[in-house]
Amino acid sequence: MRSRRWNQPSLGARLAAYAGLAFMHLPVLVIILYAFTTADRTYEFPPPGLTLHWFAAAFARADIWEAMRLSLSVAAVATLLAILLGSLTALGMARGSFRGKESITVLLVLPIALPGIITGIALLAAIKSARIDPGFWTIVAGHATFCIVIVYNNVVARLRRMPQSWIEASMDLGADGWQTFRHIVLPQSATALLAGGMLAFALSFDEIIVTLFTAGHDRTLPIWFFNELFRPRERPITNVVAVVVMIVTFIPILLAYRLTRRGSA
Amino acid sequence: MTALSTFLYRRPTLYVALLLIPPLLWFGTVYLGSLFTLLAQSIYSIDEFTAKIVYEPTLATYKQVVTQRANVDIILRTLSMAIAVTIACAAIALPIANYMVRYASARTRALFYVGVMLPMWMSYLVKVYAWRLILAKQGILSWLLDTVGLGAALDAVLRLPGIGGPSLSSSYLGMFIVFVYMWLPFMILPLAAALEKVPESLLQASADLGARPAQTFRTVTLPLALPGLAAGSVFTFSLTLGDYIIPSVVGAPGYFIGMMVYQQQGTAGNIPLAAAFSVVPIVLIMIYLSLAKRAGAFDAL
Amino acid sequence: MSAAIEFRDVSRVYGEVRAVDRVSLTVQAGEFFAMLGPSGSGKTTCLRLVAGFETPDSGSVLLNGRDVTDDPPYARAVNTVFQDYALFPHMSVLENVAYGPRVRGQRKDDWRKRAGEMLELVQLGHFADRRPAQLSGGQRQRVSLARALINQPPVLLLDEPLGALDLKLREEMQIELKNLQRRLGITFVFVTHDQGEALSMADRVAVFNRGKIEQLDTPRVLYTKPTTAFVARFVGSANVVTGELAQRLSGRAEPFAVRAENIRLRAPATAPGGDTMSCIGDVADVQYHGAMSRWQVRLESGEVFAAAVPDTNANGEFRVGARVRLEWSRGDAVPLTATEAS
Repeated sequence: MRSRRWNQPSLGARLAAYAGLAFMHLPVLVIILYAFTTADRTYEFPPPGLTLHWFAAAFARADIWEAMRLSLSVAAVATLLAILLGSLTALGMARGSFRGKESITVLLVLPIALPGIITGIALLAAIKSARIDPGFWTIVAGHATFCIVIVYNNVVARLRRMPQSWIEASMDLGADGWQTFRHIVLPQSATALLAGGMLAFALSFDEIIVTLFTAGHDRTLPIWFFNELFRPRERPITNVVAVVVMIVTFIPILLAYRLTRRGSA
Repeated sequence: MTALSTFLYRRPTLYVALLLIPPLLWFGTVYLGSLFTLLAQSIYSIDEFTAKIVYEPTLATYKQVVTQRANVDIILRTLSMAIAVTIACAAIALPIANYMVRYASARTRALFYVGVMLPMWMSYLVKVYAWRLILAKQGILSWLLDTVGLGAALDAVLRLPGIGGPSLSSSYLGMFIVFVYMWLPFMILPLAAALEKVPESLLQASADLGARPAQTFRTVTLPLALPGLAAGSVFTFSLTLGDYIIPSVVGAPGYFIGMMVYQQQGTAGNIPLAAAFSVVPIVLIMIYLSLAKRAGAFDAL
Repeated sequence: MSAAIEFRDVSRVYGEVRAVDRVSLTVQAGEFFAMLGPSGSGKTTCLRLVAGFETPDSGSVLLNGRDVTDDPPYARAVNTVFQDYALFPHMSVLENVAYGPRVRGQRKDDWRKRAGEMLELVQLGHFADRRPAQLSGGQRQRVSLARALINQPPVLLLDEPLGALDLKLREEMQIELKNLQRRLGITFVFVTHDQGEALSMADRVAVFNRGKIEQLDTPRVLYTKPTTAFVARFVGSANVVTGELAQRLSGRAEPFAVRAENIRLRAPATAPGGDTMSCIGDVADVQYHGAMSRWQVRLESGEVFAAAVPDTNANGEFRVGARVRLEWSRGDAVPLTATEAS
């Protein structure tokens, strides 16, 4: 196109951009590579050989499965709570104005705006003050809070994009509030709900910052992983677990992204 | 059912209240409740002899945080790292975002957007761990530098006080690299969004009036992209300030605020001190937010 | 016999703005009623008050004699055709049309059949299984019409339904809607900002301005005998004469309006006819509109008059800048009872 002539990027600019992009993907590729290495004690590069041995070894470890089970159940419960409470919040906040609405909006931003460590130490302080035993439910409590915010953000955005005239048309034609919800609002916001849920699941599974404060003696998979970094037993097994964690968290997020994009098109 | 519907239709405030009460109950007790407990704890203190919490309001704990030499060091160290990371992220994000928005074709731009978002979706812990591998003594980076003959240069850098350490994976430099890597997408995305808002016609006018591309960039693009930079910097600043995982995993001996909080509540059981320490990032972030707001960050978010 | 729709002193206020300011009106059964006005005048809000999407802050809304002020939309015997058609994108055209019977509990076979019939009525039978996104603007409009009429409402509300259509289609639809209303015999209430549309379709028109009705009359009366300066200007732009000039020309201080097509151009030297008003001015501009031309004439006192004159050779003698005498019959000067507070 002729109009682009005056505006061509220099070779340096192009190199810098692509180099930056590559830089951002390098570490993940490294992890995948290391999961196959034959070296068992060091991080040496290049890897002396490639093998599938460590995958088998990882599958045989009972403590990994236990941590995985805990992570999955926490994520499932937190996501369920998030879908329920997040949609209620979104329905209440989507339209209209009432006293306190702005304060609630600020409240809903806090869990994401404040660093995780604040949430973590705050929850711990509360757990200790209330003399509760940290365990499954304290972990869920920490996760559910930001999961609710994630689902809320997804659903409220969709609800606000929905033309008010659809709801009015539905009521005009004879459907009461509940019927309008069932026939119009729910089908239209289903994808946003699903996307929010999947995002919440992935982030709960991957959560470490808050969980370290609220888990007590229990170990989710990220906690298992974190401990391994300091007292490694078999390094390559850690790499295998890293690849698994990556896949379990990446896929829902990717799906959620595809869902929201299609919905808004 | 219809009667209930009509009942609620006539009372919109009641309807909204019914919807919001369950989630607000949760938020109130779990989240706000813990935040208040945290603030409450920060005004208590720990008895040095019995190691038990003294439930009497006092500002002594806060005083401890802001006056004790070691603590002040920690705060300053964390603050300088946050600022350094922010500047580096801005410097790296600018060429990438600028290329994405100005020069890339529509398809390449889409590729770049996905390419920038992809790492964001990857597990946080796995990314940190990956860097540990890369920066390790026999890891990729040293292998790379050795191959090109810069191995000695790396050792020299590592011997520098303040940024060096026993190896890259336990030095401030290593920590710095990891921080920049982690938060780069958070800087690129708002920046790209802000750059997209700069109309092409302004740049064409600048070129028409005689400015070379670099001048146009400096005098037209950059000032207009400032809100995007400010928005991105909010993320890089606050995320670095509060992080304790990265300093632990890729860390030098010096403590950071996050590590302090984690450590104090753990073995020492000194919740008041941990609480007081954690208030510091809140205050710093609030200050930074007001500065960023002045630079237009909230319009770009 | 109760009116189909009645407003008793209805007000709707948003903060400082009085969107609807103590409006009272009645719409008779079987009428084609138009609500006309510029944007923000309150006409759309009034329509929404009838439908039940808004609740008045004071006053009451009655449908067929019954007070429905607090009733939700689904409890009112009124159906609406929306400006953006509001077709549900996740349902087929047939399912859209069948929505009313379906939510009222009819059996699937019944509502499928009835919806099919309605679609045949608007000549869209073949589109039953398509999605709204696959239809053109005109087709969507007919679907929303079918969807609203399937419930056989005694009152149909239309919110600027022809605004999105191009000129040719709009004119066709105007005729179709008028015929439809006559055939069905139900009450139509039509909101528009296009005065030509309102005049050609409606039995009676309510002219809205700033939340109030300035005049409610048949189209002919609105056009020939506007009561306020706003109505005179909005409905078929007229010249509004006020103040000193009015005093000088008519002998009375009250303002009056004279339509552009009632003004004749004469040479300044000729004598005025009996029982007429006259004034002298310079031609500022002429716009050719085919069968007639629009002349802008500026008087010495500064006011500009618009005259719509049939295009004959006789007017060739007046060019831009020429002096000309404007003349109209005394009877064509319509006294205005209130000036707009502008």
